[in-house]
This record gives sequence, C-alpha cells and structure tokens, in this order.
Amino acid sequence: MDKQQDAQASDARPVLEGPDIARVLTRIAHEIVERAKGADDVVLLGIPTRGVFLAQRLAAKLEQITERKVPCGSLDITMYRDDLRMHPPRALARTEIPGDGIDGKLVVLVDDVLFSGRTIRAALDALNDIGRPRAVQLAVLVDRGHRELPIRADYVGKNLPTSLRETVKVQLAEEDGRDTVLLGAKADQ
Amino acid sequence: MSKILIRGAKVLGGEPQDVLIDGETIAEVGSGLTAEGAEIVEADGKVLLPGLVDLHTHLREPGREDSETVLTGTRAAASGGYTAVFAMANTFPVADTAGVVEQVWRLGKEHGYCDVQPIGAVTVGLEGKKLAELGAMHDSAAGVTVFSDDGKCVHDAVIMRRALEYVKAFDGVVAQHAQEPRLTEGAQMNEGVVSAELGLGGWPAVAEESIIARDVLLADHVGSRVHICHLSTAGSVEIVRWAKSRGIRVTAEVTPHHLLLTDELVRTYNPVYKVNPPLRTERDVMALREALADGTIDIVATDHAPHPHEDKDCEWAAAAMGMVGLETALSVVQETMVETGLLDWAGVADRMSFKPAQIGQATGHGRPVSAGEPANLVLVDAAYRGRVDPAGFASRSRNTPYEGRELPGRVTHTWLRGKATLVDGKLT
Amino acid sequence: MQRHLISAADLTRDDAVLILDTAEEMARVADRPIKKLPTLRGRTVVNLFFEDSTRTRISFEAAEKRLSADVINFSAKGSSVSKGESLKDTAQTLEAMGVDAVVIRHGASGAPYRLANSGWIDAAVINAGDGTHQHPTQALLDAFTMRRRLVGRDAGLGQDLAGKRITIVGDVLHSRVARSNVDLLHTLGAEVTLVAPPTLLPVGIETWPCEISYDLDSTLPKCDAVMMLRVQRERMNAAFFPTEREYSRRYGLDGDRMAKLPEHAIVMHPGPMVRGMEITAEVADSDRCTAVEQVANGVSIRMAVLYLLLGGNEPAVTHTRPTGSEEK
Repeated sequence: MDKQQDAQASDARPVLEGPDIARVLTRIAHEIVERAKGADDVVLLGIPTRGVFLAQRLAAKLEQITERKVPCGSLDITMYRDDLRMHPPRALARTEIPGDGIDGKLVVLVDDVLFSGRTIRAALDALNDIGRPRAVQLAVLVDRGHRELPIRADYVGKNLPTSLRETVKVQLAEEDGRDTVLLGAKADQ
Repeated sequence: MSKILIRGAKVLGGEPQDVLIDGETIAEVGSGLTAEGAEIVEADGKVLLPGLVDLHTHLREPGREDSETVLTGTRAAASGGYTAVFAMANTFPVADTAGVVEQVWRLGKEHGYCDVQPIGAVTVGLEGKKLAELGAMHDSAAGVTVFSDDGKCVHDAVIMRRALEYVKAFDGVVAQHAQEPRLTEGAQMNEGVVSAELGLGGWPAVAEESIIARDVLLADHVGSRVHICHLSTAGSVEIVRWAKSRGIRVTAEVTPHHLLLTDELVRTYNPVYKVNPPLRTERDVMALREALADGTIDIVATDHAPHPHEDKDCEWAAAAMGMVGLETALSVVQETMVETGLLDWAGVADRMSFKPAQIGQATGHGRPVSAGEPANLVLVDAAYRGRVDPAGFASRSRNTPYEGRELPGRVTHTWLRGKATLVDGKLT
Repeated sequence: MQRHLISAADLTRDDAVLILDTAEEMARVADRPIKKLPTLRGRTVVNLFFEDSTRTRISFEAAEKRLSADVINFSAKGSSVSKGESLKDTAQTLEAMGVDAVVIRHGASGAPYRLANSGWIDAAVINAGDGTHQHPTQALLDAFTMRRRLVGRDAGLGQDLAGKRITIVGDVLHSRVARSNVDLLHTLGAEVTLVAPPTLLPVGIETWPCEISYDLDSTLPKCDAVMMLRVQRERMNAAFFPTEREYSRRYGLDGDRMAKLPEHAIVMHPGPMVRGMEITAEVADSDRCTAVEQVANGVSIRMAVLYLLLGGNEPAVTHTRPTGSEEK
C-alpha cells in the first residue's frame, strides 16, 4: 500500500509549482476585485482542508489590493455530502462564519480542485442553512473537468484537462510543507 | 426373564470384566463368562458404573409441563445414566401433601425410565411458615424421606429446628436451600468484582454460608442430620468441613455447573448462565472440586432445572434461574474430577450413586456391581469427546450452559433393574 | 468504533476524543439560524424507553431531529410491553419496520448488550442507560463539559483529560453514571476518586481504575471537578444511611464545602438534583455548577454519537483524517 503510494508519488509530475500558485492566486484576487466592483461585500469561505488555506491567501492578497480587511472563514460540507453512505463517517472540520454573517453578501467559495461538482453542491446546501447571500461565486485552483452536475467556477487558477485514470493532488505549505499541484496515474485498486 | 451379558466392561474403571444380568439382578461378575441365549453387549473397555442417583432434580410436573414432565425428565435421566432421581417439591401445586407426592411417584413408575422418588416440601406452599404434613408424605405410597423447600430457604430458625427434629421420627432428612433471603433481595449473580462492573444485584457468598453455619449448629443441637443442597462457595466448604470434624451429621451436594463454570460468563448477559445459587469465582470452583475429592462434599446432584426457551431468551433480569443438567452431569464430572486426577471412576460411583442413594435411602440403588445386586447399571464411553448439542436432548428444555462446548464421555447404555432404558445412546 | 455503543468501557481513547471533537462541531450548529443538518435523512431511529426518562429521551430526540433522522418514540408504558410482550418481540417488531438504530433505556442491566448481541436485530444499538450498569452518552457529555471548562473549547480539540482530578460523590452502588464515568475518565487519562459511605459502594469495587474515599472534605481541595450523584431518599429505608440529614452533613455539597474547592474547579450533576440532599440550592444555582450546561452538551454529544455510528456505511474508524486533497 505504502509502496504503491510512493510509486504513485514518484510517477506524478508537477503541473503547478509554488511560484505558479502564488501568481494565479494574485490573478484571481484581481479578478474578484474587478468583477465584484471593489469587493466591498465579499466574504471568502474556504472548503476544508486546503480550500481554507487558499481562501486565507486570497484574503491577504485582496487586502493588499483593496487596503481593506476581507472577511474570510471556512465551510465544512461533510454532513451535506451525497456520498455519506458510501464510506465510514469522517471527522468533521470547522465551519467558521465571519462575524457579520453572510446575509446579503457576495460569498466566494474557495476550493482546491473542481472535479465532479458534488462538493460545491454540498457547499451550496450548507450555505442555505447558514444564511442568504446576495450571490455565490466559486474560485478554484484547478479545474480538472468531468463535471457530474451543472456547476462551473467563476475563477479558475488553471484548467487542467485530465482523464479519469489520472489523479490531481494539491499540496500546500500550510498542510503539506510545500506548494505544488501533481498530476499522476491512478493507483490500481 | 432375559439374560444380558456385558463383555469386557471396566467395572468402576478397573480391569475389564464380564457382567451377566439375569432378569432384574446381576447374576455374575467375572471373566470369560458365557450364557446360553443371552443378549451380548460388547463393552469394549467402556466403564461400567452403578446406575446414577440424582438427589436434586426438577421434573416440573405437575404445573409446568411446558418445561418438563415426569416422562421427559426421566427419559433425560436415563440418557444421562441415572436410574433414580429425587423430584423436588416446587411444583404447582407444591408437593406438600401425600396426594401430590404419590401422583409424581406413580407417574415415574408408569413410565419406567427411571425411579422417581418425590421430595416433600418442608413447609406448606414453600412459604416457610407452617410445617407441611411430613409424616403423611412419609407414610404415603411414595415413602418420602427427603424434605426440602428448594428454590426457597427455610429461613426461619425455629421452623428449621422443628423440621430437623420432627423428621427424626422416621429417619428423614431436611435438604436445605441455603440462602438468607434478606441478604439476597434483588440478587442476580454472585456478588463480587464482576457484579460490581455489570451492575447486577449481588448474591453474596455469606448469604449461603450464614445459613449453613446456622443449620449445622441446629442439627448438632437437636441431634438430627441435615443435607445442604448445591453448596457453591469456598466458605461453605470450610463450614461443612468444620462441622464434619465435630461429628455433626451433615451431608452436602455440589452441582456439575458449580464445578466447571464461573461468574466471568455472566459478562455475556446470556441468561443461560443465570442459576441459583449463582456461578461463583474460580477460587470457589477449585475449593468445591477439592472438597468433592476429599469427601467434605458427599455427592454431585444436578439441580436439573428445565425452563422453556422464552424464559431464557430475554434480558438477564427477566430470565428464570436454572440449567438443565441430567444429560451432561457425568461428562462435566469426568472433565472436572476424573481428567484432573481428583477422582477415579470408583470415586465417581461413590459421589454419584452410592452416597446419594444412601442419603436419600433409595432402596435398590447405589449398590455395588456384584452378584445378587439389582441390575441398575450404566455403561460409559469415557474415551468419547464431543460437543454438546441441546437439539439431541431428551429433556423438553434446552437451557444448557454447555451448548457447543466440548466435553468428554458419553453414556451409551443404562439398565434399570435389568431393563435397558438406553441402548447405544438411544432411549428405548 | 464498534457498531453499537453499549458501554463507555468499549471506547478507546481515540474513539472518545473523536466523539468529543465531533460534538464540538455539532455544538456550533446550535448557534445557527437553522439548527438542522441533513446528515441522517432517510434513517430511522427509534427511542425505545422501558423506563421513564423524559430528559434523556428529549435529548436524544433533539439530537436525532437536528440530524434529520426520522424519529419514532416508543415508551413501554401503555404499550404491548406492559401486556407481557418480551424485549425480543418488541425489538423484532421495530426491526420489521426498518429501523436503523435503537436508542434503548431499560431498567435491567445488560438489556442493551443483549439486544445488540443476541441476533434479534441488525440495527445499531445505543445504550441510553441500563439498570445500574452503564450510561455511556452521559459519561461522554460529562467528559465534554469537563474538557470545555478545564481545557478550553478550542484548546481542547484533539485533547483528552490527562491529569485532571475528578471526584464523584454519592450513590455509586446504584449508579450507572458513576460506572460509565469511571470507565471513560480513566480512558481519557483523568484521575478519579469515588467518595461515598461504604454502604453505597459495591463489593468488588477494588478492581475499578480509581481511588476510593469515605471522606469528602479531604478530597475537595485537590480536585478539578466534583460530580454529585443523585441520592434517592428511598435508600434510607434500606439502611444505606441513617437519615437524610446525616447524609448531607457528611456527603452533601454546600457552600462551605464548595469554598474548599480550588478556584477553577467545577461542580457537576447529572440531574435530576435532589436539593437539600446531595447538593444545596446555593451550590446548585452557583456559576460553578454546570448542570444546565451538561444538558445542552448532551444534545451535541448525542448528535456526535449518532453521526459517527450511523452517518456512513459503517461506524467511524478512528484516525481517519482526510489526507488527500483531490476533490473527494
């Protein structure tokens, strides 16, 4: 098992390195400011685990651009997943909604990889139980395609055409010690 | 009458011998015996014992025929190698009158699988308040000599004293179910480490021991003999040992399950382990084995207590107390006493046939295997090992704690006064 | 985790910490405008109560409803149970209705164990208190309360109660709360002392992983939490103690005794309280008494247990933290 994973890791090739990730996040931040006309009412909500770190990095960049503090929190979608019954229950992650809430705000959901779209559907359900935003947008580091639901991202770091036989692995310094996006072959089950 | 020649049987575990049965009696014991027209039973080195005698059986009839009847109970007895059983008095109605004991006695005679000797209640309705007509029961056709309120303790010291004194007139014996009632209110299992953890009401050893201590002193004081039912604790052993050393006329029995099982089993909350007195600790089990070996405990008695399935297929507190035992008793004794080297087969014959017959005055039972004695015999395949399968029980009930457990020994033949009641493990 | 929750002793340290951490997240749902999660949608949970306990039943019911489970309440009173139907028949009837979990409260010790292990039913069994045996969700909510108060809400995440000194006072003999707490607190690394008159401690207690004392005053100055157990007045009649007054004088918690506690120490009570017996009104109503908080925490703990037992295709495996980053 471990060996397999090692093999997988060694087979994987980086498609984004640290500086690339920093650059695309800066671009996304500028896009948000532009599309949200100054980002006055933007609230960033990262989807655990890595979406939260991306949201925090975006918040820092937005602050540099707008010279205002941008509310940033986390939204755990575990209990809204549609595949709960297919696995043992997972440990829950933190949902942290910034003090002023999300009612009437422009919520930008932030995640690392956009794939089937099911996570985002769960996130929309979760948001629904928390409040009523003015609008909801989606920012992702990588869009690898293969959508199973009518969902698209508003801000994409990199469009990465993949086959279903491939895996996309995002590593971030906060969790993994380094910034990189790896594309590899799926380990045989 | 027909003749039966048993060839090559280890009589009481000794050297193989031949035993010739003629009619109801043993005609000859020796080697190289022949007999014209006799049915031959090849014992092939199996152990031949005198028919076993159980001083403590619940046959449930009258009243609880859903759990056992005299017929099914005596068939179970024959299966287990018994030729005589003493039927406890806690039936519905209670065996506290000549009428009830005679009914049970007659049923046993009619069925013919095993002699049934009824035990009479000590007090009316087992209520511990008023002496039952002990004399009338003794004088009845059933000829009752053993009296017991088993299931309940004769806890009132005065009633117990009177009963002990009264039965002296016809050499009867009171068999005491030693359980101090106040100390065992709400009792569900042995009081100790396991009960503390499981949160089940405790049945302390002292509740048994205090009654035994009182009763041996009473027996001494009034010059009577007393029998202690299902002794279960190391402390009780010490008291009986002390009493015997003082010359007090006390006898005691132990059940097979108290020789083998401990209260650790209750951790499963499976009511098949619920019994009264409760399963005790490993230390008690070892003390009981030792006491049976050295004669402090005189006999093994089954306390065969059949219960219908629904009374055990429930939560612990709601379940009935008791286990069936007639069909597994000898195997458990072989496992715990013979295979451990504590008793030889002659010792088993003593504890399961001679002594119980003596205590209960069961005429014709518990006799030596020798010429001129009644042909009450049992043949045991001691080399056999097998798992207990309650589906094969002759008893109407299946509440055995040994289901699936591997035990040694198997009774293959039982003869009641020369008539085979069990042949090759099958009831006749 | 095991498939059922029968005894606090069945939980490993990691199981217990996972439950406490999960409950901490569940607690946050209570602060939201919509206090409901879709997690157990389509799952049916029956609350099978053979013993009256409105508090525990309501707590479970609230937890089940917040997780969107379909809830059936079954109280033995006035039902077929009082007409002699057995636990087995009742359970099988419920199973036939497609129940996914049975939350059972029963007066007989071991009834939930029996229900879970007799092959009568397939549903998960959660013990909501059996006889004088166990009450594992109570122990969990007590531990949750202690961790929040003594370690901290966020600081406590992932932590156990190592080194915390907990004193439990009162009728240990008849208390499933005491048994469950001793088991769980020991698993979580706390040091437990039981204080009671000798009559209210079970024979055989010497193997329990805790200290025993007959003297409340000497233990108070060195404990982080003191938990007062309910003492029923009827016990007096069975000679467990002479009078109510003598009991409360020796083992009750009043203002003077509370003053002997270290400043940070909390006073806990599983409820319902017998004021004037084991606890005075002054103590019960003080800021240090967490009785009301324990009730609120009970809902979070029960949500956590229900989620971890029923939320997936099998019970939660401890130590499963999502490690992949790919959309899962």
